[in-house]
Amino acid sequence: MPPPLSIEQRIAAIYRNESGRVLATLIRLLQGNFDLAEDALQDAFMAALSQWPRDGIPDNPRAWLVSTGRFKAIDRLRKHVRQDSYLEELAQTLENATQTQPLEDDDTIEDDRLRLIFTCCHPSLAMEARVALTLREVCSLTTEAIAAAFLVPVPTLAQRIVRAKNKIRNAGIPYQVPEPEALPERLEAVLPVIYLVFNEGYSASSGAQITQHDLSAEAIRLGRLLQILLPDAEVIGLLALMLLHDARRGGRTSANGDLIPLEEQDRMLWNHAQIREGCDLVVQALQSGPPGVYTLQAAIAAVHAEAPTAEATDWAEITGLYDVLLGINPSPIVELNRAVALAMRDGPEAGLQAIDKLRDHKDLQRYHLLHAARADLFRRLGQSQDAIRCYQQALDLVKQEPERHFLQQRLASLQQ
Amino acid sequence: MKYLCLVYYDEKKIQQLSQQEWDSLNRECMECVEGLTQGGHFLDGAPLLSTETATTLRVRDNKPLITDGPFAETKEQLAGFYMLEARDMNEAIRLAEKIPPARYGCVEIRPVRELMEQDNRR
Repeated sequence: MPPPLSIEQRIAAIYRNESGRVLATLIRLLQGNFDLAEDALQDAFMAALSQWPRDGIPDNPRAWLVSTGRFKAIDRLRKHVRQDSYLEELAQTLENATQTQPLEDDDTIEDDRLRLIFTCCHPSLAMEARVALTLREVCSLTTEAIAAAFLVPVPTLAQRIVRAKNKIRNAGIPYQVPEPEALPERLEAVLPVIYLVFNEGYSASSGAQITQHDLSAEAIRLGRLLQILLPDAEVIGLLALMLLHDARRGGRTSANGDLIPLEEQDRMLWNHAQIREGCDLVVQALQSGPPGVYTLQAAIAAVHAEAPTAEATDWAEITGLYDVLLGINPSPIVELNRAVALAMRDGPEAGLQAIDKLRDHKDLQRYHLLHAARADLFRRLGQSQDAIRCYQQALDLVKQEPERHFLQQRLASLQQ
Repeated sequence: MKYLCLVYYDEKKIQQLSQQEWDSLNRECMECVEGLTQGGHFLDGAPLLSTETATTLRVRDNKPLITDGPFAETKEQLAGFYMLEARDMNEAIRLAEKIPPARYGCVEIRPVRELMEQDNRR
Protein backbone atom coordinates (compact mmCIF):
# COMPACT_ATOMS: atom_id res chain seq x y z
CA MET A 1 0.00 0.00 0.00
CA PRO A 2 1.39 3.44 -0.89
CA PRO A 3 2.06 5.74 2.08
CA PRO A 4 -0.82 8.13 2.80
CA LEU A 5 -0.48 11.54 1.13
CA SER A 6 0.76 14.41 3.24
CA ILE A 7 -1.59 17.35 3.68
CA GLU A 8 0.66 19.45 1.40
CA GLN A 9 0.42 16.79 -1.32
CA ARG A 10 -3.34 16.74 -0.96
CA ILE A 11 -3.51 20.52 -1.21
CA ALA A 12 -1.27 20.38 -4.30
CA ALA A 13 -3.65 17.82 -5.84
CA ILE A 14 -6.63 20.04 -5.05
CA TYR A 15 -4.77 22.93 -6.70
CA ARG A 16 -4.25 20.90 -9.88
CA ASN A 17 -7.84 19.70 -10.04
CA GLU A 18 -9.71 22.73 -8.81
CA SER A 19 -7.77 25.88 -9.66
CA GLY A 20 -9.27 26.08 -13.17
CA ARG A 21 -12.83 25.86 -11.86
CA VAL A 22 -12.22 28.21 -8.95
CA LEU A 23 -10.61 30.80 -11.22
CA ALA A 24 -13.50 30.64 -13.71
CA THR A 25 -16.01 31.22 -10.91
CA LEU A 26 -13.98 34.00 -9.29
CA ILE A 27 -13.78 35.87 -12.61
CA ARG A 28 -17.57 35.87 -12.74
CA LEU A 29 -18.02 36.85 -9.08
CA LEU A 30 -15.43 39.61 -9.52
CA GLN A 31 -17.35 41.11 -12.45
CA GLY A 32 -15.01 39.88 -15.16
CA ASN A 33 -11.85 41.28 -13.59
CA PHE A 34 -9.28 38.65 -14.63
CA ASP A 35 -6.30 40.08 -12.78
CA LEU A 36 -8.15 40.46 -9.52
CA ALA A 37 -9.47 36.89 -9.85
CA GLU A 38 -5.96 35.49 -10.46
CA ASP A 39 -4.65 37.30 -7.38
CA ALA A 40 -7.66 36.14 -5.35
CA LEU A 41 -7.05 32.53 -6.43
CA GLN A 42 -3.43 32.72 -5.23
CA ASP A 43 -4.54 34.36 -1.97
CA ALA A 44 -7.14 31.65 -1.40
CA PHE A 45 -4.57 28.87 -1.85
CA MET A 46 -2.09 30.67 0.40
CA ALA A 47 -4.81 30.81 3.04
CA ALA A 48 -5.52 27.10 2.50
CA LEU A 49 -1.83 26.26 2.97
CA SER A 50 -1.76 28.03 6.30
CA GLN A 51 -5.19 26.98 7.63
CA TRP A 52 -5.87 23.47 6.34
CA PRO A 53 -2.87 21.75 8.00
CA ARG A 54 -4.20 23.12 11.32
CA ASP A 55 -7.99 22.83 10.82
CA GLY A 56 -8.18 19.98 8.33
CA ILE A 57 -9.36 20.05 4.70
CA PRO A 58 -12.95 21.34 4.48
CA ASP A 59 -15.73 19.04 3.19
CA ASN A 60 -16.12 21.11 0.06
CA PRO A 61 -12.68 22.57 -0.71
CA ARG A 62 -13.89 24.18 -3.95
CA ALA A 63 -16.62 26.18 -2.20
CA TRP A 64 -14.16 27.15 0.54
CA LEU A 65 -11.66 28.41 -2.04
CA VAL A 66 -14.29 30.37 -3.98
CA SER A 67 -15.64 31.97 -0.84
CA THR A 68 -12.17 32.76 0.57
CA GLY A 69 -11.04 34.10 -2.81
CA ARG A 70 -14.00 36.46 -2.91
CA PHE A 71 -13.24 37.84 0.57
CA LYS A 72 -9.53 38.17 -0.26
CA ALA A 73 -10.45 40.14 -3.39
CA ILE A 74 -12.54 42.55 -1.33
CA ASP A 75 -9.57 42.97 1.05
CA ARG A 76 -7.30 43.76 -1.88
CA LEU A 77 -9.76 46.26 -3.32
CA ARG A 78 -10.17 47.98 0.06
CA LYS A 79 -6.43 48.71 0.08
CA HIS A 80 -6.64 50.53 -3.24
CA VAL A 81 -10.06 52.18 -3.25
CA ARG A 82 -8.80 55.62 -2.39
CA GLN A 83 -6.92 55.84 -5.67
CA ASP A 84 -9.57 54.58 -8.01
CA SER A 85 -13.31 55.14 -8.26
CA TYR A 86 -13.78 52.01 -10.40
CA LEU A 87 -12.25 49.84 -7.67
CA GLU A 88 -14.31 51.56 -5.02
CA GLU A 89 -17.49 50.82 -6.91
CA LEU A 90 -16.41 47.21 -7.52
CA ALA A 91 -15.58 46.70 -3.82
CA GLN A 92 -19.01 48.00 -2.85
CA THR A 93 -20.81 45.77 -5.38
CA LEU A 94 -18.88 42.72 -4.20
CA GLU A 95 -19.54 43.40 -0.57
CA ASN A 96 -23.27 43.70 -1.22
CA ALA A 97 -23.16 40.52 -3.28
CA THR A 98 -21.46 38.47 -0.55
CA GLN A 99 -24.42 39.25 1.67
CA THR A 100 -27.09 38.27 -0.84
CA GLN A 101 -25.58 35.62 -3.15
CA PRO A 102 -25.54 32.10 -1.72
CA LEU A 103 -22.57 29.90 -2.56
CA GLU A 104 -22.61 28.37 -5.98
CA ASP A 105 -23.75 24.85 -6.77
CA ASP A 106 -21.65 22.63 -9.01
CA ASP A 107 -23.70 23.31 -12.16
CA THR A 108 -23.07 27.03 -11.95
CA ILE A 109 -19.39 26.35 -11.48
CA GLU A 110 -19.25 24.14 -14.58
CA ASP A 111 -21.03 26.92 -16.50
CA ASP A 112 -18.30 29.26 -15.34
CA ARG A 113 -15.67 27.16 -17.09
CA LEU A 114 -17.68 27.42 -20.30
CA ARG A 115 -18.06 31.19 -19.77
CA LEU A 116 -14.29 31.42 -19.41
CA ILE A 117 -13.68 29.50 -22.64
CA PHE A 118 -16.15 31.58 -24.66
CA THR A 119 -14.76 34.83 -23.24
CA CYS A 120 -11.12 33.91 -23.90
CA CYS A 121 -12.10 32.83 -27.43
CA HIS A 122 -14.35 35.80 -28.21
CA PRO A 123 -14.30 36.66 -31.93
CA SER A 124 -13.55 40.30 -31.04
CA LEU A 125 -10.08 39.14 -29.95
CA ALA A 126 -7.33 38.42 -32.48
CA MET A 127 -6.52 34.74 -32.98
CA GLU A 128 -3.11 34.98 -31.31
CA ALA A 129 -4.66 36.77 -28.34
CA ARG A 130 -7.34 34.07 -28.04
CA VAL A 131 -4.70 31.34 -28.08
CA ALA A 132 -2.50 33.03 -25.47
CA LEU A 133 -5.38 33.90 -23.18
CA THR A 134 -6.97 30.44 -23.39
CA LEU A 135 -3.70 28.68 -22.58
CA ARG A 136 -3.07 31.07 -19.70
CA GLU A 137 -6.56 31.26 -18.15
CA VAL A 138 -8.26 27.99 -19.09
CA CYS A 139 -5.25 25.67 -19.19
CA SER A 140 -3.28 27.47 -16.42
CA LEU A 141 -0.05 27.41 -18.43
CA THR A 142 2.53 29.95 -17.34
CA THR A 143 3.32 32.91 -19.57
CA GLU A 144 6.88 31.55 -19.90
CA ALA A 145 5.67 28.13 -21.06
CA ILE A 146 3.33 29.63 -23.68
CA ALA A 147 6.06 31.98 -24.94
CA ALA A 148 8.50 29.07 -25.26
CA ALA A 149 5.99 26.90 -27.10
CA PHE A 150 5.21 29.62 -29.66
CA LEU A 151 8.83 30.77 -29.89
CA VAL A 152 8.02 34.38 -28.96
CA PRO A 153 9.81 36.45 -26.31
CA VAL A 154 8.17 36.33 -22.87
CA PRO A 155 7.51 40.12 -22.71
CA THR A 156 5.75 39.96 -26.11
CA LEU A 157 3.46 37.22 -24.91
CA ALA A 158 2.84 38.88 -21.55
CA GLN A 159 1.93 42.09 -23.39
CA ARG A 160 -0.44 40.15 -25.66
CA ILE A 161 -2.27 38.77 -22.62
CA VAL A 162 -2.46 42.18 -20.94
CA ARG A 163 -3.90 43.74 -24.10
CA ALA A 164 -6.48 40.98 -24.45
CA LYS A 165 -7.62 41.39 -20.85
CA ASN A 166 -7.83 45.15 -21.29
CA LYS A 167 -9.91 44.70 -24.39
CA ILE A 168 -12.28 42.35 -22.59
CA ARG A 169 -12.80 44.95 -19.88
CA ASN A 170 -12.81 48.11 -21.99
CA ALA A 171 -14.90 46.85 -24.89
CA GLY A 172 -17.45 45.27 -22.57
CA ILE A 173 -16.93 41.68 -23.75
CA PRO A 174 -19.27 39.86 -21.35
CA TYR A 175 -18.47 36.81 -19.23
CA GLN A 176 -21.18 34.71 -20.80
CA VAL A 177 -22.03 31.51 -22.57
CA PRO A 178 -23.64 32.67 -25.85
CA GLU A 179 -27.38 32.31 -26.37
CA PRO A 180 -28.34 29.11 -28.21
CA GLU A 181 -28.96 30.97 -31.50
CA ALA A 182 -25.46 32.50 -31.44
CA LEU A 183 -23.80 29.25 -30.37
CA PRO A 184 -22.80 27.80 -33.78
CA GLU A 185 -21.24 31.11 -34.83
CA ARG A 186 -19.42 31.52 -31.52
CA LEU A 187 -18.14 27.94 -31.58
CA GLU A 188 -16.54 28.85 -34.90
CA ALA A 189 -14.36 31.23 -32.90
CA VAL A 190 -13.52 28.65 -30.21
CA LEU A 191 -12.74 25.45 -32.16
CA PRO A 192 -9.96 26.92 -34.37
CA VAL A 193 -8.18 28.10 -31.21
CA ILE A 194 -8.07 24.54 -29.88
CA TYR A 195 -7.07 23.11 -33.28
CA LEU A 196 -4.32 25.71 -33.71
CA VAL A 197 -2.87 24.79 -30.32
CA PHE A 198 -3.03 21.12 -31.32
CA ASN A 199 -1.32 21.66 -34.67
CA GLU A 200 1.37 23.81 -33.14
CA GLY A 201 2.27 20.78 -31.04
CA TYR A 202 1.66 18.18 -33.75
CA SER A 203 3.72 19.68 -36.55
CA ALA A 204 6.54 20.31 -34.11
CA SER A 205 9.65 21.73 -35.68
CA SER A 206 12.82 20.30 -34.18
CA GLY A 207 14.40 21.80 -31.10
CA ALA A 208 11.40 22.49 -28.95
CA GLN A 209 9.73 19.11 -29.28
CA ILE A 210 9.07 18.45 -25.61
CA THR A 211 7.17 21.69 -25.10
CA GLN A 212 5.40 21.22 -28.42
CA HIS A 213 4.12 17.79 -27.45
CA ASP A 214 2.64 19.33 -24.32
CA LEU A 215 0.69 21.71 -26.54
CA SER A 216 -1.03 18.81 -28.35
CA ALA A 217 -1.84 17.18 -25.03
CA GLU A 218 -3.15 20.50 -23.74
CA ALA A 219 -5.38 20.89 -26.81
CA ILE A 220 -6.78 17.39 -26.33
CA ARG A 221 -7.44 18.13 -22.66
CA LEU A 222 -9.22 21.31 -23.69
CA GLY A 223 -11.20 19.39 -26.31
CA ARG A 224 -12.28 16.84 -23.70
CA LEU A 225 -13.31 19.60 -21.29
CA LEU A 226 -15.37 21.33 -23.97
CA GLN A 227 -16.95 18.01 -24.98
CA ILE A 228 -18.10 17.44 -21.39
CA LEU A 229 -19.43 20.97 -21.05
CA LEU A 230 -20.96 21.30 -24.51
CA PRO A 231 -21.33 18.04 -26.46
CA ASP A 232 -22.06 19.69 -29.81
CA ALA A 233 -21.43 17.59 -32.96
CA GLU A 234 -18.43 19.68 -34.08
CA VAL A 235 -16.94 19.72 -30.58
CA ILE A 236 -17.02 15.91 -30.64
CA GLY A 237 -15.69 15.93 -34.22
CA LEU A 238 -12.72 18.13 -33.29
CA LEU A 239 -11.85 15.93 -30.31
CA ALA A 240 -12.02 12.84 -32.55
CA LEU A 241 -9.80 14.52 -35.16
CA MET A 242 -7.14 15.42 -32.60
CA LEU A 243 -7.20 11.97 -30.99
CA LEU A 244 -6.86 10.23 -34.35
CA HIS A 245 -3.95 12.38 -35.51
CA ASP A 246 -2.26 12.13 -32.14
CA ALA A 247 -2.69 8.33 -32.11
CA ARG A 248 -0.33 8.10 -35.11
CA ARG A 249 2.40 10.08 -33.37
CA GLY A 250 4.45 6.97 -32.52
CA GLY A 251 4.77 6.03 -36.19
CA ARG A 252 5.28 9.47 -37.67
CA THR A 253 8.97 9.94 -37.04
CA SER A 254 11.98 7.63 -37.13
CA ALA A 255 14.37 7.16 -34.21
CA ASN A 256 16.54 10.03 -35.51
CA GLY A 257 13.55 12.38 -35.88
CA ASP A 258 12.89 12.03 -39.64
CA LEU A 259 9.31 12.26 -40.90
CA ILE A 260 7.84 9.02 -42.20
CA PRO A 261 5.01 9.34 -44.76
CA LEU A 262 1.70 7.71 -43.89
CA GLU A 263 2.06 4.80 -46.35
CA GLU A 264 5.45 3.82 -44.89
CA GLN A 265 4.53 4.07 -41.21
CA ASP A 266 4.64 0.99 -39.00
CA ARG A 267 1.01 0.76 -37.97
CA MET A 268 1.89 -1.38 -34.95
CA LEU A 269 3.37 1.78 -33.44
CA TRP A 270 0.06 3.61 -33.57
CA ASN A 271 -2.00 3.96 -30.38
CA HIS A 272 -4.87 1.62 -31.21
CA ALA A 273 -6.87 2.25 -28.05
CA GLN A 274 -6.87 5.95 -28.88
CA ILE A 275 -7.83 5.18 -32.49
CA ARG A 276 -10.85 3.19 -31.22
CA GLU A 277 -11.88 6.10 -29.02
CA GLY A 278 -11.49 8.51 -31.94
CA CYS A 279 -13.52 6.28 -34.28
CA ASP A 280 -16.31 5.92 -31.69
CA LEU A 281 -16.41 9.70 -31.35
CA VAL A 282 -16.65 10.09 -35.14
CA VAL A 283 -19.73 7.86 -35.13
CA GLN A 284 -21.17 9.86 -32.25
CA ALA A 285 -20.49 13.18 -34.03
CA LEU A 286 -22.05 11.93 -37.27
CA GLN A 287 -25.18 10.91 -35.33
CA SER A 288 -25.43 14.30 -33.59
CA GLY A 289 -26.24 16.39 -36.64
CA PRO A 290 -25.21 17.31 -40.18
CA PRO A 291 -21.44 16.81 -40.37
CA GLY A 292 -19.24 19.91 -40.10
CA VAL A 293 -15.67 20.45 -41.20
CA TYR A 294 -14.02 18.92 -38.14
CA THR A 295 -16.26 15.85 -38.12
CA LEU A 296 -15.56 15.22 -41.82
CA GLN A 297 -11.81 15.58 -41.38
CA ALA A 298 -12.06 13.23 -38.40
CA ALA A 299 -14.02 10.73 -40.52
CA ILE A 300 -11.23 10.85 -43.13
CA ALA A 301 -8.61 10.36 -40.40
CA ALA A 302 -10.67 7.43 -39.08
CA VAL A 303 -10.66 5.67 -42.46
CA HIS A 304 -6.87 6.04 -42.60
CA ALA A 305 -6.42 4.91 -39.01
CA GLU A 306 -8.60 1.82 -39.39
CA ALA A 307 -6.89 0.54 -42.54
CA PRO A 308 -4.51 -2.37 -41.84
CA THR A 309 -2.11 -1.16 -44.59
CA ALA A 310 -1.84 1.87 -46.88
CA GLU A 311 -2.87 -0.27 -49.89
CA ALA A 312 -5.93 -1.62 -48.07
CA THR A 313 -7.17 1.93 -47.31
CA ASP A 314 -10.70 2.61 -48.58
CA TRP A 315 -9.64 5.39 -50.98
CA ALA A 316 -13.09 5.56 -52.56
CA GLU A 317 -14.57 6.35 -49.15
CA ILE A 318 -11.91 8.98 -48.52
CA THR A 319 -12.47 10.64 -51.91
CA GLY A 320 -16.20 10.69 -51.20
CA LEU A 321 -15.67 12.30 -47.79
CA TYR A 322 -13.49 14.99 -49.42
CA ASP A 323 -16.34 15.67 -51.85
CA VAL A 324 -18.74 16.27 -48.94
CA LEU A 325 -16.13 18.43 -47.22
CA LEU A 326 -15.68 20.50 -50.39
CA GLY A 327 -19.44 20.95 -50.52
CA ILE A 328 -19.55 22.73 -47.17
CA ASN A 329 -16.06 24.23 -47.17
CA PRO A 330 -14.70 24.90 -50.66
CA SER A 331 -10.95 25.34 -50.29
CA PRO A 332 -8.02 24.76 -52.67
CA ILE A 333 -6.15 22.87 -49.93
CA VAL A 334 -9.04 20.43 -49.54
CA GLU A 335 -9.09 20.08 -53.36
CA LEU A 336 -5.41 19.20 -53.26
CA ASN A 337 -5.98 16.55 -50.58
CA ARG A 338 -8.83 15.15 -52.62
CA ALA A 339 -6.56 14.96 -55.67
CA VAL A 340 -4.04 12.94 -53.67
CA ALA A 341 -6.77 10.54 -52.54
CA LEU A 342 -8.01 10.32 -56.13
CA ALA A 343 -4.50 9.33 -57.24
CA MET A 344 -4.62 6.46 -54.79
CA ARG A 345 -8.07 5.42 -56.03
CA ASP A 346 -7.62 5.88 -59.81
CA GLY A 347 -3.84 6.03 -60.27
CA PRO A 348 -1.17 8.76 -60.41
CA GLU A 349 -2.26 10.19 -63.81
CA ALA A 350 -5.74 10.95 -62.47
CA GLY A 351 -4.19 12.66 -59.47
CA LEU A 352 -1.84 14.73 -61.64
CA GLN A 353 -4.71 15.85 -63.84
CA ALA A 354 -6.68 16.98 -60.79
CA ILE A 355 -3.67 18.84 -59.35
CA ASP A 356 -2.99 20.55 -62.69
CA LYS A 357 -6.38 22.22 -62.44
CA LEU A 358 -5.26 23.77 -59.12
CA ARG A 359 -1.81 24.96 -60.11
CA ASP A 360 -2.88 28.49 -61.01
CA HIS A 361 -4.77 29.04 -57.77
CA LYS A 362 -3.17 31.98 -55.97
CA ASP A 363 -3.40 30.33 -52.54
CA LEU A 364 -1.49 27.30 -53.74
CA GLN A 365 1.30 28.84 -55.80
CA ARG A 366 3.56 29.19 -52.77
CA TYR A 367 2.30 26.00 -51.09
CA HIS A 368 5.13 23.47 -50.94
CA LEU A 369 2.80 20.49 -50.57
CA LEU A 370 1.31 21.05 -54.05
CA HIS A 371 4.76 20.58 -55.57
CA ALA A 372 5.59 17.75 -53.17
CA ALA A 373 2.38 15.93 -54.16
CA ARG A 374 3.17 16.30 -57.88
CA ALA A 375 6.73 15.14 -57.26
CA ASP A 376 5.48 12.04 -55.48
CA LEU A 377 3.07 11.17 -58.32
CA PHE A 378 5.76 11.61 -61.00
CA ARG A 379 8.05 9.43 -58.88
CA ARG A 380 5.42 6.70 -58.79
CA LEU A 381 5.03 6.94 -62.57
CA GLY A 382 8.80 6.52 -62.94
CA GLN A 383 9.17 10.01 -64.48
CA SER A 384 12.27 10.87 -62.48
CA GLN A 385 13.19 14.13 -64.23
CA ASP A 386 9.74 15.64 -63.61
CA ALA A 387 9.79 14.39 -60.04
CA ILE A 388 13.24 15.96 -59.39
CA ARG A 389 12.06 19.31 -60.77
CA CYS A 390 8.95 19.26 -58.53
CA TYR A 391 10.91 18.25 -55.40
CA GLN A 392 13.21 21.22 -56.06
CA GLN A 393 10.22 23.56 -56.33
CA ALA A 394 8.81 22.18 -53.07
CA LEU A 395 12.20 22.63 -51.37
CA ASP A 396 12.28 26.30 -52.42
CA LEU A 397 9.03 26.87 -50.52
CA VAL A 398 9.14 24.54 -47.51
CA LYS A 399 9.60 26.20 -44.12
CA GLN A 400 9.68 23.42 -41.54
CA GLU A 401 12.94 21.60 -40.99
CA PRO A 402 11.66 17.99 -40.70
CA GLU A 403 9.68 18.42 -43.93
CA ARG A 404 12.70 19.91 -45.69
CA HIS A 405 14.81 16.98 -44.61
CA PHE A 406 12.20 14.51 -45.87
CA LEU A 407 12.01 16.22 -49.29
CA GLN A 408 15.81 16.32 -49.57
CA GLN A 409 15.99 12.59 -48.90
CA ARG A 410 13.39 11.87 -51.57
CA LEU A 411 15.25 14.08 -54.03
CA ALA A 412 18.58 12.43 -53.23
CA SER A 413 17.15 8.93 -53.77
CA LEU A 414 16.04 9.97 -57.29
CA GLN A 415 19.33 11.60 -58.19
CA GLN A 416 21.34 8.45 -57.41
CA MET B 1 -22.45 50.98 -22.29
CA LYS B 2 -22.36 53.22 -25.33
CA TYR B 3 -21.00 51.89 -28.59
CA LEU B 4 -20.33 53.87 -31.75
CA CYS B 5 -20.96 51.82 -34.85
CA LEU B 6 -19.04 53.20 -37.81
CA VAL B 7 -20.44 52.05 -41.14
CA TYR B 8 -17.98 51.63 -44.01
CA TYR B 9 -18.50 50.57 -47.60
CA ASP B 10 -16.89 50.86 -51.00
CA GLU B 11 -18.50 53.96 -52.47
CA LYS B 12 -17.84 52.72 -56.01
CA LYS B 13 -20.00 49.66 -55.35
CA ILE B 14 -22.81 51.81 -53.97
CA GLN B 15 -22.58 54.11 -57.03
CA GLN B 16 -23.39 51.07 -59.15
CA LEU B 17 -26.77 50.57 -57.45
CA SER B 18 -29.79 51.87 -59.37
CA GLN B 19 -31.68 54.78 -57.82
CA GLN B 20 -34.43 52.31 -56.92
CA GLU B 21 -32.04 49.93 -55.15
CA TRP B 22 -30.35 52.83 -53.35
CA ASP B 23 -33.69 54.23 -52.17
CA SER B 24 -34.78 50.84 -50.98
CA LEU B 25 -31.53 50.44 -48.99
CA ASN B 26 -32.20 53.85 -47.41
CA ARG B 27 -35.75 52.86 -46.48
CA GLU B 28 -34.29 49.77 -44.82
CA CYS B 29 -31.98 52.04 -42.80
CA MET B 30 -34.99 54.08 -41.68
CA GLU B 31 -36.71 50.89 -40.51
CA CYS B 32 -33.52 49.84 -38.75
CA VAL B 33 -33.37 53.16 -36.87
CA GLU B 34 -37.05 52.78 -36.01
CA GLY B 35 -36.46 49.30 -34.56
CA LEU B 36 -33.39 50.38 -32.59
CA THR B 37 -35.29 53.39 -31.22
CA GLN B 38 -38.21 51.25 -30.09
CA GLY B 39 -35.81 48.91 -28.32
CA GLY B 40 -34.26 51.88 -26.49
CA HIS B 41 -30.88 51.33 -28.18
CA PHE B 42 -30.66 54.23 -30.64
CA LEU B 43 -29.00 57.32 -29.16
CA ASP B 44 -27.93 59.11 -32.32
CA GLY B 45 -26.79 58.51 -35.86
CA ALA B 46 -26.52 59.92 -39.35
CA PRO B 47 -25.62 58.89 -42.87
CA LEU B 48 -22.87 60.85 -44.60
CA LEU B 49 -22.52 62.27 -48.09
CA SER B 50 -19.78 60.67 -50.17
CA THR B 51 -16.05 61.29 -49.51
CA GLU B 52 -15.98 63.55 -52.61
CA THR B 53 -17.52 66.16 -50.33
CA ALA B 54 -14.96 65.66 -47.54
CA THR B 55 -12.34 68.13 -46.35
CA THR B 56 -9.55 67.16 -44.00
CA LEU B 57 -8.17 69.65 -41.53
CA ARG B 58 -4.96 69.47 -39.52
CA VAL B 59 -3.64 72.13 -37.20
CA ARG B 60 0.16 72.35 -37.17
CA ASP B 61 2.12 75.13 -35.49
CA ASN B 62 -1.20 76.82 -34.79
CA LYS B 63 -1.88 76.95 -38.52
CA PRO B 64 -4.75 75.13 -40.17
CA LEU B 65 -3.74 72.81 -43.02
CA ILE B 66 -6.63 71.98 -45.25
CA THR B 67 -6.71 69.24 -47.84
CA ASP B 68 -9.32 67.89 -50.16
CA GLY B 69 -10.87 64.49 -49.48
CA PRO B 70 -10.83 62.00 -46.58
CA PHE B 71 -7.70 61.60 -44.47
CA ALA B 72 -6.75 58.25 -45.97
CA GLU B 73 -7.24 56.56 -49.31
CA THR B 74 -8.89 53.31 -48.33
CA LYS B 75 -10.87 50.64 -50.11
CA GLU B 76 -13.94 51.31 -47.97
CA GLN B 77 -15.03 54.73 -46.83
CA LEU B 78 -16.92 55.95 -43.78
CA ALA B 79 -20.57 56.18 -44.77
CA GLY B 80 -22.38 56.90 -41.52
CA PHE B 81 -22.59 56.17 -37.83
CA TYR B 82 -24.94 54.85 -35.17
CA MET B 83 -24.49 55.64 -31.49
CA LEU B 84 -26.04 52.71 -29.63
CA GLU B 85 -26.78 51.87 -26.03
CA ALA B 86 -26.06 48.19 -25.34
CA ARG B 87 -25.53 46.00 -22.30
CA ASP B 88 -22.19 44.70 -23.56
CA MET B 89 -20.21 43.94 -26.71
CA ASN B 90 -22.31 40.87 -27.48
CA GLU B 91 -25.49 42.91 -27.53
CA ALA B 92 -23.77 45.64 -29.55
CA ILE B 93 -22.73 43.04 -32.13
CA ARG B 94 -26.26 41.65 -32.34
CA LEU B 95 -27.71 45.15 -32.84
CA ALA B 96 -25.06 46.11 -35.41
CA GLU B 97 -25.88 42.98 -37.42
CA LYS B 98 -29.16 44.68 -38.28
CA ILE B 99 -27.50 47.72 -39.89
CA PRO B 100 -28.35 47.20 -43.58
CA PRO B 101 -25.09 48.44 -45.21
CA ALA B 102 -23.21 45.79 -43.18
CA ARG B 103 -24.22 43.55 -46.10
CA TYR B 104 -22.15 45.70 -48.51
CA GLY B 105 -19.23 46.84 -46.38
CA CYS B 106 -18.50 46.56 -42.69
CA VAL B 107 -19.39 48.03 -39.32
CA GLU B 108 -16.67 48.90 -36.82
CA ILE B 109 -18.02 48.70 -33.26
CA ARG B 110 -16.18 50.90 -30.77
CA PRO B 111 -16.90 51.38 -27.07
CA VAL B 112 -17.21 55.05 -26.16
CA ARG B 113 -15.20 56.65 -23.36
CA GLU B 114 -16.02 59.70 -21.33
CA LEU B 115 -13.97 62.88 -21.18
CA MET B 116 -12.91 63.47 -17.60
CA GLU B 117 -11.03 66.14 -15.68
CA GLN B 118 -8.30 63.62 -14.86
CA ASP B 119 -7.44 59.88 -15.05
CA ASN B 120 -8.68 59.76 -18.63
CA ARG B 121 -8.63 56.30 -20.18
CA ARG B 122 -6.65 55.65 -23.34
